[in-house]
Amino acid sequence: MTEPPRIVNLSPRLSRRALLTGSGALVLGMHLPLLGAGEAEAAIGTNSLVPVNAWLKVSATGVSVVSPASEMGQGVFTALAQLVAEELEIDWTSVRAEMAPFDPVYANPILGGMRSGGATSIRAWFLPMRKAGATARQMLKAAAAQVWRVSPDSLVLTTGLISHPPSGREASYGALAQVASRQKVPVEPPLRDSGRWTLIGRSLPRLDSPDKVTGRAIFGMDVRLPGQLYAAIRHCPVYGGAPARLDDSALKTSGGGYPAGVTAVVTLKDAVAVVAENWWLARSALARVAVAWAEGANAGQTSAAIDAALVRALDPKDPRAVAIAVNRGDADRAIAGAAMTVEAVYRQPFLAHAALEPINATASVTASDCELWLPTQDQGQYPRLIADALGLRPEKVRVNTTYVGGGFGRRFEADVGLQAALLSKAVGKPVQLIWTREEDIRHDYYRPASISRVALGVDVLGRLTGWRHRVAGPSILGRVNPGAIRDGVDKTAVQGIADQPYPVPALHVDFVRAETGIPVGFWRSVGHGANGFVVESMIDEAAAKLGRDPWRFRRGVLADKAPRALRVLDLAAEKSDWTTPLPAITGARRGRGIALHEAYGSVIAVVLEVSVFHDGRLVLDRAVAAFDCGQMVNPDIVSGQVAGGLLFGLSAALTGKITFERGRAMQSNFQDCRALTMAEAPPVEVHLVSSDEPPGGVSEAGVPPAAPALTNAIFAATGKRLRALPVLDFDLRDG
Amino acid sequence: MVSLTVNGKTVSVETSGDTPLLWVLRQHFKLQGTKFGCGIGQCGACTVLVNGAVVRACSVTIAAVDGATVQTIEGFDNGGDAIAERVKAAWIAEQVPQCGYCVPGMILSTVALLRKIPNPTDTEIDGAITNLCRCGTYDRIRKAIHRAAAGGAAP
Repeated sequence: MTEPPRIVNLSPRLSRRALLTGSGALVLGMHLPLLGAGEAEAAIGTNSLVPVNAWLKVSATGVSVVSPASEMGQGVFTALAQLVAEELEIDWTSVRAEMAPFDPVYANPILGGMRSGGATSIRAWFLPMRKAGATARQMLKAAAAQVWRVSPDSLVLTTGLISHPPSGREASYGALAQVASRQKVPVEPPLRDSGRWTLIGRSLPRLDSPDKVTGRAIFGMDVRLPGQLYAAIRHCPVYGGAPARLDDSALKTSGGGYPAGVTAVVTLKDAVAVVAENWWLARSALARVAVAWAEGANAGQTSAAIDAALVRALDPKDPRAVAIAVNRGDADRAIAGAAMTVEAVYRQPFLAHAALEPINATASVTASDCELWLPTQDQGQYPRLIADALGLRPEKVRVNTTYVGGGFGRRFEADVGLQAALLSKAVGKPVQLIWTREEDIRHDYYRPASISRVALGVDVLGRLTGWRHRVAGPSILGRVNPGAIRDGVDKTAVQGIADQPYPVPALHVDFVRAETGIPVGFWRSVGHGANGFVVESMIDEAAAKLGRDPWRFRRGVLADKAPRALRVLDLAAEKSDWTTPLPAITGARRGRGIALHEAYGSVIAVVLEVSVFHDGRLVLDRAVAAFDCGQMVNPDIVSGQVAGGLLFGLSAALTGKITFERGRAMQSNFQDCRALTMAEAPPVEVHLVSSDEPPGGVSEAGVPPAAPALTNAIFAATGKRLRALPVLDFDLRDG
Repeated sequence: MVSLTVNGKTVSVETSGDTPLLWVLRQHFKLQGTKFGCGIGQCGACTVLVNGAVVRACSVTIAAVDGATVQTIEGFDNGGDAIAERVKAAWIAEQVPQCGYCVPGMILSTVALLRKIPNPTDTEIDGAITNLCRCGTYDRIRKAIHRAAAGGAAP
């Protein structure tokens, strides 16, 4: 294989000069005095990667785009590089990408910190990264003009070279980078018109693939520092509990010390860790440490009690417990007066993330500073957090991001980075902390379990008259950002209800917060995943009650009010041969389910075909998705994300649940926290709608329609309406 | 002291015999393309070839591979394995990797499959590739396997 463009993942820190201060502002470079002509001449010829601004480094042989977003599989390195390179007149094969170190300049304009999530990266960076490229282009031009003492207008840029045709002079971007970085930063550089784009909108190969197929990609666990030690950890089995007594006598040698290679046993707030010279040794030593836990208030919690509490929360004794999210028109009256009504209660379990790379972080703490290396979606939270815990100043905390072996929202959590820092401080050496898979599944911040009660009304024309929707469950924002709760409403708990694609004249949505003692967090598509299941199940119930075809019924409900939604709905129906009956399979009942969802400025429709065998076996035969995310940067990456999101959602809908007894998660690894396998996954077709709408979110969009497409298909095949998940909890045998 | 051949080189290691092969590869031999995923042989992120057979390196002890021949993803770096070269090229042609964490193990499993069955059916692929991909790239993995089997042509 030819040597591919390498991604420099663990980038050396940018000099402050190249960075900006002030979050979100897109001012490039600090204003240093311009070089004198002689100095400029001297600077030409630099061969190493030189930052032109915070977003771009240039060498004689190519450019490296600095990504403010973590690469966790969503293809963001490649897509953001396309945006910058579009404005640069550069050969794509000379473009690389690298991860930005933590700096406030890299704050995601939508999320307000250096974070990657919420399907925001393209939406947030679509304009800023193009501006970064255009700015760099202007500065390179200005540099050449200064050095050659010619007018910038007389310069020509082609594939990484600047030339001055009248004099025949020519220089690479790399040769001019040093000088360019000291040019005045243009405020509003002209951007290339979309009609002239040559990179945006093309399915260029991902920049990270070559490193990933050779095993060279550096994930969190692959970080190696001189003198690094390794740590294994065991948390209190109950969330909120703490170590009470620790007995390490079984670990000690006859001399009274720890065995060779074992450095320390460290007690943390809610866990005990062993630090050793390698991870297996740490893990084996930890197994010999006995811990008595003060299990705390959640020690008696069970799934049965949680379910009962959620049911009670649907009808709280104190009406002030009900927080109204949306109240438009008179939903009760609109439903009461409807030609047909449907009312149902839906339940969903806690879900674990189970990204394939277990939770880990590496920290190096000295008396005066801390440096972290980890796969994270939220670099920005660390400086303050670690500084507070370690008694350092925040600017003394540096955060380096590795490739992320799956994020799915789990890596917004700060737990492991902080633990690694505390362990490194305790032993005075760099420490890599790796959680086992069991620790990950048992100590996740789960997608909330919830219960929803919905009533809807349909008029004689098949249109919605009113919709009443109550969600009861724990609050994610209540844990991670209580200040974001408005009038009692956690907006993540009601996502996908008020903003469903179907026009609803009278709508009432409310939320009853019911905490269970189980920690909850962001899980790919957050509230859209849970509520998408409920909304699309309810629409399907209405179609069934009216005896209408589910696709045609949805078309009628949408009417002419949601053209984008109608377009993907029709496309999914067409590509899935919706109107052609499924061929019979001996011993099986077959059915198709359809689901539609709108979120992140994108809209998706999915048709799933299933066979349910008489013995209850379920086979997912085929999935067809139609997707409109507005303007696309890289359609092939979009397609892969949609397919992946769909399978992520199907995996959860089929088998996903975390249950609790005595406050303990009852699942612990892939044998009981199952993930969809190759043999179980259906073939997925993704059909992309080309669109001039602004770019929408992609990476989470495939999740919400997955569960309802599946359960609607099961209903079509068997007549069984599943109002809870996962599917494998249900008996699908005949009768 | 355990001696084995890793990627064509004879190496030996002094460690507790119950240490899983995975951790010896990653920590003693610095072969970090082999990934830790579950520790119980379920996910396949740690898949390597031992005497040519697919093995979950997290679930076999170093003592059990004394004298054996082990191949990891780094063993394909020299370009000398024609099947591995086709598989890696197919992974790129089909743009399989997302997060990429499962990829080395998937590629090892695929190489072993194609050595045994040069042109596998979908059923044979399903039977052989039991590695997990949480990003959901299975469709492209299947296409990449067919492409590699076809010598690099699109399936």
